[in-house]
Amino acid sequence: MSEQGVDHSKRQFLTTALTVVGAVGTGYIAVPFLSQMQPSTKAKAAGAPVEIDISKLETGQLIRAAWRGKPVWVLNRTPEVLAVLATETSKLADPNSLESNQPAYAQNELRSIKPEIFVAVGLCTHLGCSPTFRPEIAPNDLGSDWKGGFFCPCHGSGFDLAGRVVRGVPAPTNLDVPPHRYITDTRIIIGEDTTEADV
Amino acid sequence: MKSKIDSCGSWVLDRFPLTKLWNDHMAQYYAPKNFNFWYFFGSLALLVLVNQLITGILLTMNYKPDASLAFDSVEYIMREVPWGWLVRYMHSTGASAFFIVVYLHMFRGLIYGSYKQPRELVWIFGMLLFLALMAEAFMGYLLPWGQMSYWGAQVIISLFSAIPVIGDDLSLWVRGDYVISDATLNRFFAFHVIAIPLILLMLVFMHIIALHEVGSNNPDGIEIKASKDPWGHPVDGIPFHPYYTVKDIVGVAVFLFFFATVMFYMPEMGGYFLEHANFIPADPLATPEHIAPVWYFTPFYAILRAIPDKFAGVIAMGGAIVVLFLLPWLDRSPVKSIRYRGGIYKKAIVLFVISFLGLGYLGMQAPTAGATMMARIFTAIYFGFFLLMPIYTRWEKTKPVPKKLTEQPTLEDRIPALKKIYGEVIKDVTEVKDGKTITHKRPDTAGVARVIRRTATNIKKGLD
Amino acid sequence: MKKLLQTCLLLLMPLGVFASAGMELEDADIDLSNKKSLENGAHLYVQYCLGCHSTKYIRYLNIADDFDIDQEEILEKVAPDGAGIYDKMLSAMNAHDAKKWFGTKPPDLSLIARSRGADWLYSYLRGFYIDTKKPLGVNNTVFPDVGMPNPLWQLQGTQEAIYENIDGQNVITELTLVEQGTMTPEEFDQAVNDIVNFLVYAGEPIQEERRSMGKYVLFFIFMFGLLAYLLKREYWKDIH
Repeated sequence: MSEQGVDHSKRQFLTTALTVVGAVGTGYIAVPFLSQMQPSTKAKAAGAPVEIDISKLETGQLIRAAWRGKPVWVLNRTPEVLAVLATETSKLADPNSLESNQPAYAQNELRSIKPEIFVAVGLCTHLGCSPTFRPEIAPNDLGSDWKGGFFCPCHGSGFDLAGRVVRGVPAPTNLDVPPHRYITDTRIIIGEDTTEADV
Repeated sequence: MKSKIDSCGSWVLDRFPLTKLWNDHMAQYYAPKNFNFWYFFGSLALLVLVNQLITGILLTMNYKPDASLAFDSVEYIMREVPWGWLVRYMHSTGASAFFIVVYLHMFRGLIYGSYKQPRELVWIFGMLLFLALMAEAFMGYLLPWGQMSYWGAQVIISLFSAIPVIGDDLSLWVRGDYVISDATLNRFFAFHVIAIPLILLMLVFMHIIALHEVGSNNPDGIEIKASKDPWGHPVDGIPFHPYYTVKDIVGVAVFLFFFATVMFYMPEMGGYFLEHANFIPADPLATPEHIAPVWYFTPFYAILRAIPDKFAGVIAMGGAIVVLFLLPWLDRSPVKSIRYRGGIYKKAIVLFVISFLGLGYLGMQAPTAGATMMARIFTAIYFGFFLLMPIYTRWEKTKPVPKKLTEQPTLEDRIPALKKIYGEVIKDVTEVKDGKTITHKRPDTAGVARVIRRTATNIKKGLD
Repeated sequence: MKKLLQTCLLLLMPLGVFASAGMELEDADIDLSNKKSLENGAHLYVQYCLGCHSTKYIRYLNIADDFDIDQEEILEKVAPDGAGIYDKMLSAMNAHDAKKWFGTKPPDLSLIARSRGADWLYSYLRGFYIDTKKPLGVNNTVFPDVGMPNPLWQLQGTQEAIYENIDGQNVITELTLVEQGTMTPEEFDQAVNDIVNFLVYAGEPIQEERRSMGKYVLFFIFMFGLLAYLLKREYWKDIH
């Protein structure tokens, strides 16, 4: 072994080139390895749109359905509730849903397509517990300020009946509204967006 | 900034001997400078092991070790998991590649006497690795829960019942049921994904540590530590890094080329890597017409079938592996490498290779009278090779071993010679067709015959 | 010595030679890039096979995606009424009835092309002939004593076997059409080929993509190897 006649720059160049190509190759194989942990076709099939019949949903009643394994609520709000939602906005963190997740067609004060029918993913935006439905006004345990809403038992976040979060609780944003669409007046499909044609 | 990284680095190095490990096993591990083609397979085996571990972990995320779900879950991986098919084929092709690489690695040890003093322990650890690998592969093959998985496992586990007195209880204990069942699948899964991989990793570690303690053998079978330069480095040695790292990377690329070809174009490899009958879910009520183990077990399976008695067959099959452990003490030759051995040993190795391949082929075929006879002849040669070794290696005349490593032409050096042979075999033939002269390359019969005759003479001379 | 040689020669012959005494398997013309053939095959499969045989690892969505057909079109033309796009190709027959009628549950055919091979399927579907000695009144050249009646008889018509005496054994050498169905023999062969094509696809839906991906991977490894070789040669100038 002698150091004579060694072309160091060529060696350096080839080493770098091989390292780069090797790194690219490793990257190529890492992509399939990592993406095989993505949801499979089966998981996507389970996330297929769900149809809900609301013809028997009475005023003031809430029904639950599963979509992608998550609870989805459909609530038929009373005129009194709608009146409260329109006026009681001072304590809300994000009354206009600027920071929250909802389709454009539900980014309004009542966070819904039709004023009375409210559709939301029933998971608290804090750490994913499912809040309880507490429509009564000023119950003993929640205090006199409670105007009806959803209350998360895990960490005490409160939401009004449009899913809007009150100020000063751990939940950062309003409840998510899933993409949904009315097929007829009494049938909603969850997981498909309302297109302009539907409006 | 630089000094911060440096001080952080030295903080670690003061507490963990990374530099020392690197130097001891890579940068200042002196390996003989004359490693040839056969010396690629050790590092390739390590590569395949890593491949199996990574793809295996990924498969475990979606595989279900449950008799009613296992088959479906494998197809689920193949079809519905993103890239699941790639991971599964890497694992299934990797299993066969592992054995190809390991068999070639063992053959290297055989021809260059790498098992001989002072490397007996390296060989023993290697054989334990081989044994663990066979267990790993056997248990892994049950997991897809296809017909071959099921009946292959059924046959092999029934072998235990041939052992006198405890046999039946033993095979019952291994299965955990009266037939291969969910219980068997579940425990094989546990062995395959955690127990044996841990053993494999530990043995690989011991194999390499033992090797680096005594130093690598080489195609000349000379101890390079015998002659050292003033700095204490072997004269005929070169640092493993960078010389053998860059060389092994070339080997890795060539290996990956073949590996990817199989994986992307023929993952079933004509039914050898993935058997056709294994695409039928396991059915405990119907044996497939023809069961054969996967190709890497067939030499030993053929030995089992060659013996007419059940218990003796099991003993013979076990013995075929046990003799390999004894190799360092069976071989009494004063020289290591085949290059300096006598003609008897060379002829014996040729016969051994033929019988091993022959057994492998026969193990895949349906047993007929003729096949069984051939299998018996091959079995006799297989055992003869090992058991007669103390006799023929002691008495045969060996050639003088040089003091320094010899220079052999590398593949690059041989290119001119190969070109000459090509010129001898292929002749230009001109042909006039439609008024145009076309030159074809056509094999030249006389030239081919000449080359064959010359090769045959060379081989014959080489065997003396 | 001669006997030994003969044994050796026999041993070297692949198993398949023994298996196909009488009639050879015929070559199916498999082309997974022919989406028309695949679509037609899927269509025929649903019409004539899915009644009894499920293909439970295939969703209608897979067919739509892999054959470049609109999801609506698949649901309308290929899938049975009421099937959703995410539904798997399940058979309408329940296992209990099947066992009562056929003595065994008709197997799922998702992987049949991988366990039997395309040529076998092609020969099998074309190999039904009248055999009054059998309970079903039919037999098959590649699957003797078959437990399934010819599902395609309306298309094919009926075939009879022509026997020939070879080495003292009655061997079928040919099948002849005694009554033509709704298709000509050429049309029928094409239809069977389409079904087999579909089944080969169903055996491993990814295979076309896998093969087309292979050449890029090999090219990449080749370039990597070339660089590695240059580096090796550069370093090994030190040695000798």
